[in-house]
Amino acid sequence: MGIAVVDVSKHFNGFTALHDVSVAIPEGSLTALLGPSGSGKSTLLRVIAGLEEPDSGQVLIGDQDVTDTPARTRGVGMVFQHYAAFKHMTVYDNVAFGLAIRKRPRAEISKRVHELLELVQLGGLAKRYPAQLSGGQRQRMALARALAVEPSVLLLDEPFGALDARVRQELRAWLRRLHEEVHVTTIIVTHDQEEAMEVAGQIVVLNDGRVEQVGSPRELYERPANEFVMSFVGPVNRLGDTFVRPHDVEVLHEPEGDGSAEAMVERVVHLGFEVRVELVREDGQHLTAQLTQEQAELLELERGQIVYVRPSRATTFSAAARRPDRQRSG
Amino acid sequence: MAADAAVVGAPSRSRAARPGGLALGLATGYLSVVVLLPLAALVWASRGQGPAEFWQQATAPEAVAALKLTLGLAAACAFVNAVAGTAIAWVLVRDRFRGKGLVDAVIDLPFALPTIVAGLTLLALYGPGGPFGLDVAFTRIGTLFALLFVTLPFVVRAVQPVLLELDVEMEQAAASLGAGSFEVFRRIVFPNLLPAILSGVALAFARAVGEFGAVVLISGNIPFKTEVSSVYIFGQLQSGNTSGAAAVSVVLLVISLGVLLGIGGVRRWRTRYDRV
Amino acid sequence: MSRYLLRFGALGYLAFLLLVPVGFVFYRAFEHGFAHAWAAVTTPEAIHALELTLLIAAIAVPANTVFGIVMALALVRGRFAGRGLLNAAVDLPLALSPVIVGLALVLLYGRGGWLGGLAGHGVRILFAVPGMVLATMFVSLPFVVREVVPVLREIGTEQEQAAETLGAHPFQVFRRITLPAIRWAVAYGVVLTTARAIGEFGAVSAVSGNIEGQTQTLPLYVKAQVDGFDTAGAYASSVVLALIAIATVVALRVIQPKEH
Repeated sequence: MGIAVVDVSKHFNGFTALHDVSVAIPEGSLTALLGPSGSGKSTLLRVIAGLEEPDSGQVLIGDQDVTDTPARTRGVGMVFQHYAAFKHMTVYDNVAFGLAIRKRPRAEISKRVHELLELVQLGGLAKRYPAQLSGGQRQRMALARALAVEPSVLLLDEPFGALDARVRQELRAWLRRLHEEVHVTTIIVTHDQEEAMEVAGQIVVLNDGRVEQVGSPRELYERPANEFVMSFVGPVNRLGDTFVRPHDVEVLHEPEGDGSAEAMVERVVHLGFEVRVELVREDGQHLTAQLTQEQAELLELERGQIVYVRPSRATTFSAAARRPDRQRSG
Repeated sequence: MAADAAVVGAPSRSRAARPGGLALGLATGYLSVVVLLPLAALVWASRGQGPAEFWQQATAPEAVAALKLTLGLAAACAFVNAVAGTAIAWVLVRDRFRGKGLVDAVIDLPFALPTIVAGLTLLALYGPGGPFGLDVAFTRIGTLFALLFVTLPFVVRAVQPVLLELDVEMEQAAASLGAGSFEVFRRIVFPNLLPAILSGVALAFARAVGEFGAVVLISGNIPFKTEVSSVYIFGQLQSGNTSGAAAVSVVLLVISLGVLLGIGGVRRWRTRYDRV
Repeated sequence: MSRYLLRFGALGYLAFLLLVPVGFVFYRAFEHGFAHAWAAVTTPEAIHALELTLLIAAIAVPANTVFGIVMALALVRGRFAGRGLLNAAVDLPLALSPVIVGLALVLLYGRGGWLGGLAGHGVRILFAVPGMVLATMFVSLPFVVREVVPVLREIGTEQEQAAETLGAHPFQVFRRITLPAIRWAVAYGVVLTTARAIGEFGAVSAVSGNIEGQTQTLPLYVKAQVDGFDTAGAYASSVVLALIAIATVVALRVIQPKEH
């Protein structure tokens, strides 16, 4: 079922977490709510879950207005950053919990739980306790638990935030595959743009309680609506009113045409397959260029060397789309 | 982080986590009937026939003597506990010897032992006919022993966890900068322990001021010499002077409250740099 | 060198103040043989005192346990004005002298007190068991609350919210998630409450009238025997109370690691 959030606002003690936010989540999609700390993304997720009541606005799941429905009866499955595992129950009992509450027959529960444990690759661990599992395993258990009651919507609140970098990578790929198999409308909250880009089909970028842009990862990267989105979604050089991605900065030995400017190489950082070159332009402006290993080798770059830089692609925003001075409330 | 912090800290609609109004009302009602109502009656009764009578009762010579003795003994007890309790906590945390676990368990005994039994044992041991030939019954020292017994765990248990958490690297850094072990204690360890010591001292003081069962046997309850306020109040109650007993009780409560607030203030002042 | 000095100083202090006196009570009780001690502790008055003590505890402890859990939940999770005041009120019994507690009860339920009229209607509070139960409830009130509050703070509300999204009613959440999470803290608090309830002397003494065979708990019995120079009875009963205290300390040690 698709989700619609219509003009939702939420305040906490004089601080406004959400300002008239409206978002449409297509059925069966995997959408990321992306934004920095304090952007309101977790609040929005909890409003959709029914764990927070909006001060104004509506939440619709499918075609039903669920704004006044409590979390218990909304049919949402939720996964929390720190797992919220029921520590005193086995993995089996954790996953079975929603079904046990609904008083399903024992045989049915057993079948479903084992099915799910296989699905999340925890088969055989049914009798263990959460404390005996790794972080990644606990999170997969939490997912199985949420899926057990066949929710119409799956909500993930920074689910990989508490895990090691490598486990995070693995679980991102795993989540994508799982979504392709299960096809439940899924929303994932994250502050990690790489994660959002990698996992989601649609991204909602939030800042200071407002939606900055909604689009596919590619749209966000190539056609950002404003300065905030552009700098949040990837590294960017700001040259006056122009924004240039590091990989769009051409480094040349001779000036070529308009737009070339003289610059001095301050530092060359070799990061394996890519090379980052830190430069300072004639007019004092600092910028970063990203080159492949090959390109860097051809140019034979050295500290102190004078080169010429030219943006192969630059973006400017209209005055309205620049980082606006937000009215801080409270 | 503000919005996320607000999400975590602010009230949520989730009702699974809180008791409903009825449960809360019943609990508050229970608290009122069991604790608050009797205390209100006490304060009311202390008025007696008016402020003049209150003053007369509160300043009766025997009452004043008892009060001075009580506060003096409680202060002495708090001081001894500050030193001994810290030393014991130190030994329990930093030292290693066989039977340490047993010693650690034994510290809780004064919490669990009825005060009258504590009083009896001290009387038997350090009173007339005691095996060590030591007789401190009917003396202030003996009374102090009884108070030390019942207040033993407070400073120890307050200091132990802090000592456990204390970053050993701080001491190592100080040593590498040239500080000897006494200096390290004085400049690094002690300032970090002081808030915990003060907490324990406050609890010990409050307990010592009100102690009755442990004291009533060994002290002999001699007015103007070894009679503490709790015994005096009990005596006034038994002889029917309830408003007088109430007046003295109120005075005792106000003074101990003042002392506790003072200790709390010192503690907050000392930890002012720990809070943002 | 100074380490040994400190160690023996601390241990010596403990032995002198704590271990030797308690050990001595056992010695004195069994000085004239086990049979003698047994006889002294099985007199009708002594047995009645023990029964009364246990009865009072059996009422006060469950009441304070239920109260403690509800109050802890309210203090940690509730959002109403006056939480700070409520918190302070719960801690009051710890700061009050037991005699003052007893006095307060006498003033409330005695002649001329606000509820003094109850006696006229045949409801005897003072000099009877109900008064002793109230006194015991008063002094043993805070322990369960104080043990449960930090644990509740630590575990947070995520597990309960997860259960809620899985469809559980508030009561189901409480029974299946909250209660199991705090059970060891509750157990620790219950042990402390029981020890306090059994050992209480001053408050109960003030309200009971100390009528032998009727309103005498075991601690009051000990005092009465000392006053009456029946040292055998006093020591033997003290041993019973000391054994309960030791069992308490053992129970606390067993439960404590499970709290974490």
